[in-house]
Amino acid sequence: MRGDEILLRSLKQEGVDTIFGYPGGMVIDIFDAMVRTFSDDFKFILVRHEQAAVHAADGYARATGKPGVCIVTSGPGGTNTVTGLATAYMDSIPIVVFTGQVPTGLIGNDAFQEADIVGITRPCTKHNYLVMSTDELARTVKEAFTIAASGRPGPVLVDLPKDVTQSTAQWDYPTSIELPTYKPTVKAHLPSIRRAADLICQAERPVIYAGGGVITSGAHAELRTLAEMTGFPVTMTLMGLGCFPGTHPLSLGMLGMHGTYRANMAVNDSDLLFAVGARFDDRVTGPVSEFARGAKIIHVDIDPTSIQKNIEVDVPLVGDARDALSRLIEILEERGPQTVNKEKLTGWHAQITAWRNEQRLRFDRTTTTIKPQYVVEKLYEMTAGRAIISTEVGQNQMWAAQYYLFDEPRTFLSSGGLGTMGYGFPAAIGAQVAFPDKLVIDIAGDGSIQMNIQELATVAQYKLPVKIAILNNGYLGMVRQWQERFYDNVYAHTDIMCAPDFIKLADAYGALGLRAETTEEVVPVIKQALETDGPVIMDFVVEREEGVYPMIPAGKSITDVILI
Amino acid sequence: MGTRHVIAVLVENKPGVLARISGMFSGRGFNIHSLAVAPTLDTKLSRMTIVTDGNQHIIEQIIKQLRKLINVVKVQDLTDHEYVDRELILVRVKATEDKREEVLRITDIFRGKVVDVTPDTITLEVTGSRSKIEAILELLTSIGILELIRAGTVAIARGKKTPKAAGCPE
Ligand SMILES: Cc1ncc(C[n+]2csc(CCOP(=O)(O)OP(=O)(O)O)c2C)c(N)n1
Ligand SMILES: [Mg+2]
Repeated sequence: MRGDEILLRSLKQEGVDTIFGYPGGMVIDIFDAMVRTFSDDFKFILVRHEQAAVHAADGYARATGKPGVCIVTSGPGGTNTVTGLATAYMDSIPIVVFTGQVPTGLIGNDAFQEADIVGITRPCTKHNYLVMSTDELARTVKEAFTIAASGRPGPVLVDLPKDVTQSTAQWDYPTSIELPTYKPTVKAHLPSIRRAADLICQAERPVIYAGGGVITSGAHAELRTLAEMTGFPVTMTLMGLGCFPGTHPLSLGMLGMHGTYRANMAVNDSDLLFAVGARFDDRVTGPVSEFARGAKIIHVDIDPTSIQKNIEVDVPLVGDARDALSRLIEILEERGPQTVNKEKLTGWHAQITAWRNEQRLRFDRTTTTIKPQYVVEKLYEMTAGRAIISTEVGQNQMWAAQYYLFDEPRTFLSSGGLGTMGYGFPAAIGAQVAFPDKLVIDIAGDGSIQMNIQELATVAQYKLPVKIAILNNGYLGMVRQWQERFYDNVYAHTDIMCAPDFIKLADAYGALGLRAETTEEVVPVIKQALETDGPVIMDFVVEREEGVYPMIPAGKSITDVILI
Repeated sequence: MGTRHVIAVLVENKPGVLARISGMFSGRGFNIHSLAVAPTLDTKLSRMTIVTDGNQHIIEQIIKQLRKLINVVKVQDLTDHEYVDRELILVRVKATEDKREEVLRITDIFRGKVVDVTPDTITLEVTGSRSKIEAILELLTSIGILELIRAGTVAIARGKKTPKAAGCPE
């Protein structure tokens, strides 16, 4: 069997039914086989830039939990995937990217469209492969999917020289494989779980700090059980939004640089911090010496390198979050209801409520000029919180995180670790392809949306009803906000008023464009967009110099918070 | 600067593995003082000896990050145990008539070997622990070193066995 056929058959074996990609000389055989032999097996989405293919696969993976798949050509096709790979790597998203490569005999010769993509992507993939013979192909695909999706997930790249896809080999797909050098730890030690249970029973000012790992491991139900049985409040990282219901009375909202006042105050004053699937990123902790100083810390993470990396913890639990949480719950249940004394927490909850009343998320509701927060709030209300939301990066991302409450995991898609402008729109495409009947909205900035705007052609071609809500402030707003606060209002190259007319642009691509310029126009525009079957760009002309608050300046702690 | 650590790493003998290891060190800002690598008896595996430094926290990260790499079979910080380390050097020294005796005497004391002689140079091969190598280099420096090649440290645990292929990585 030819290599191209082995590849596509292997993908079928892995349960792949959707592929994002872009053709070129070194993958022409694979594309040919895809159309001639496998046309019923895969939904193929032809994007307009390889970066978008990777983000779309990433969005698909975040929304479904299944690995996303891309196929692109060698050289520039491969190098265009780098940002997407790095984005997925930072956020631990399982994707498998196949790149074409020049024939094995030409590798190293600076052949046409040759790039050492394995070398280039080594530090931004969980693992990568150069397949040197057709015999290795099936096994490599199996390994790639195994590695991408297990342990702490991540992107895997497989480089396929043209002759490897053209030559033949025996079809022999391994049903399961042993990787002797890869054993992702999955079960936390029982004695450590017991110690965690002890600390939980003693805590008087506890906070659960939940991150993306809860979503990855599917531990949201366990997390909720734990929170409800202990009465512990829960704060989430940007990546964790949706892992615990945002509308739950125990939710403190997001923590960190633009987190809620109560979440950051609670962490700061806590005597027990229960971190699960989170990695103490600097955007969360500020200076670690100041972070949760009075707290004992329990840290559940599947990746041993995350533990004791940024912060010293008292009880490390290396293992799958879902497994660790369910065993912890069992232990707490065995000890009986009295062991966790919820009464003891009454004062703590009162304190948290006081913090909330003291400093709520807020904006001026009296203006005619549109406040971007108002747009997000209305999107939330008018979609009843049920949309899949992707975001770009910048202020738009933070307002989305603050004002849209996520009750379900896998409904908030955002580039957290890398902060990739241009991520949101293609990610929305990936989610929409996975869930054709769900409402998918990209909350965008006017800067970010222009980084992958070409994908309007993709949504037009596949009739994907993705909605884009541009919070159009005419600025690279987040950078402008820093310049306002920390650089004496010198707006060095952040004014982007010179932009396309997004209505005409939508029209040019065959999408619907709608604009709101005053507060009262916001609701009608959203309403019309939600009633439209096809793709829509909503251009909200918002208050230009609105800022995201609260804000803890980089390298500072909650005591230095800027409230407005 | 923290303490010196000698780390033994057993890896799959495949293309690109060395780049993965060295890339992990450079990308995360860790030091490599020396790195020696060659296949083991089982040619599917290679054994690396990496000498690095750092405080306990850094060394712990280095070891965990090494273990996280897919092609790494086993990692052991030899510094935790008793171990023997050796380094091989080739060194060419200035050895004109009047210095030749002295060079040969030093070579003798340090159990080195003369591997090449010209009218005014002598090339030596010396093997030894770090302190021994440092000591001879100090003596030779005062005479005049023309060229020095160090092979990098190799090390082995005393008594019990060093990393083996069998079993899963810790
Ligand atoms: C690819 C990329 N380049 C640069 C940045 C740095 N950056 C972070 S936010 C931001 C401004 C984003 O502007 P816009 O999309 O209009 O969003 P706003 O902050 O105005 O909502 C920039 C330039 C980035 N995150 N990603
Ligand atoms: Mg903007």
